[in-house]
Amino acid sequence: MSDYLYIYRGGANREGRSPEVMQQVMQQWMAWLGELKAQGHLKSSGEPLEDTGKVVRNKTMITDGPYAESKDLVGGFSIVTADSLEKAAELSAGCPIFEAGGLVEVRPIMGM
Amino acid sequence: MDPTDHLFRHEAGRMVAALTRIFGVHNLALAEDVVQDAFCRALETWKYRGIPENPAGWLMKTAKNRAMDVIRRERNVRTFSPDLGDLLSSEWTLAPAVAEAFEAHSIQDDELRMMFSCCHPRLPDTAQVALILNVCCGFSVKEIASAFLVSNSAMEKRIERAKGVFVKSERLFQLDGAEDFSERLSSVQQAIYLLFNEGYHGASAISSIRTDFCFEALRLGELLLRHRLASTPSSYALNALMCLNAARLPGRVDQCGHLTALGEQDRSLWDRRLITLGLSYLEESAAGTQLSPFHLEAGIASVHARAKRIEDTNWGEIVSLYELLLSVQDSPIVELNRAIAISQLEGSERGLQEIRAIADRERLMSYPFYFAALGELEVKSGRPEQAAAQFESAVGLARNAAEREFLSRRLVECRKSISCRNTV
Repeated sequence: MSDYLYIYRGGANREGRSPEVMQQVMQQWMAWLGELKAQGHLKSSGEPLEDTGKVVRNKTMITDGPYAESKDLVGGFSIVTADSLEKAAELSAGCPIFEAGGLVEVRPIMGM
Repeated sequence: MDPTDHLFRHEAGRMVAALTRIFGVHNLALAEDVVQDAFCRALETWKYRGIPENPAGWLMKTAKNRAMDVIRRERNVRTFSPDLGDLLSSEWTLAPAVAEAFEAHSIQDDELRMMFSCCHPRLPDTAQVALILNVCCGFSVKEIASAFLVSNSAMEKRIERAKGVFVKSERLFQLDGAEDFSERLSSVQQAIYLLFNEGYHGASAISSIRTDFCFEALRLGELLLRHRLASTPSSYALNALMCLNAARLPGRVDQCGHLTALGEQDRSLWDRRLITLGLSYLEESAAGTQLSPFHLEAGIASVHARAKRIEDTNWGEIVSLYELLLSVQDSPIVELNRAIAISQLEGSERGLQEIRAIADRERLMSYPFYFAALGELEVKSGRPEQAAAQFESAVGLARNAAEREFLSRRLVECRKSISCRNTV
């Protein structure tokens, strides 16, 4: 078993979503993460990220950022446990982010 | 029901109301942005960390903090509420003033002020209802458009125009009993009544949205009862009629989601709590000398609610209530309902006579249940061919799949009885 980082990119389109729809999206996420947890795959629910920040290139080059387009913006992350990278990728299939046009980047966390 | 069901939508109206009080009516869009932002934060954090212990309080606190940020950032470039202006300009008074606006009792008054402000005399009824649904009840333009079966862009225009009037009204309507209070109160009652009816009889096929409209109307109606000046006998009557009719909602569709006629409903499904509440409101509404159409409609609903079986219905009382209603509110639909009640009392031929005598009958020609009523009475009079023809017209006018299904079922039954008779 190894750990994998899910990086959630994009899918935070906020225009014109009704309160009801936003609540439904939240509940879909909770249900999906809850299911991963119930199956013993969720090591950490993770955390959301603000969409503001700074990009530091060196001591004198600190700018407002991140510069990625909003469709690539990292909105948050979770950590899952799975047998293989393939399995970890497969587990992300139910993520509600896809319905909002976002994507999940699955990255193996280096072991010993 | 899970207490967090529709939480966002239910809190939206309360938050927009408190924020509009702080920011001023001209900043309605800013208030809406702050609310949207609070929901975004809730969505993003709760999905990882779970729903907090007091979710409504969490949302309010987030909106409150955002409001203070906005005021600090923009108080030199923007004017805020004329009522709170001075309090917001000093750091000493800003936090307490904003906190006060978010106290439960102030929010309740803010919601009422919003609702009264949405019923601006320059707005037609339909625009008032759309604006209330959007601003006070948290429904999006798209959701409202689909319920009223109009295009998104048409509804967007209607709501934008209504917001334009709202924003120019300078300040929220004051609830201190100024001279235009009772006139405005009756517009508000009318808007709540229309909202309820849209849910109860409306054209939309999506029954969940329709039930939501009914319960929003009940919620707004109860706000009136909690205010000293707004809790008039007619406000009680309005709430009585909504409770007593809403009590029957669980019986209106069967397990397959099909509409059921009043006579076929399983009355054990009717909501006893709402009936009891409705009857107690009806009692309260009898204080004073005023007899509004709401009183009469509530009276009619109470006769149905009290009948354990359709056979137990006191049709005589219903007929006389409809007659009283006609004397204060001339409407072909009321006349149609009166004729149906008469047929229950004096037989189908009398009912048909009464329907044919309705003066304004042309106005019912696009109403499917006019033809359905004729069809039912023809069935009872033993003329299935005529009945089938009426049901055919009714099916052609059905406004959604549920109505079409209901009316087609009656048509099929008629045709069956015709073919049975012909084969005998």
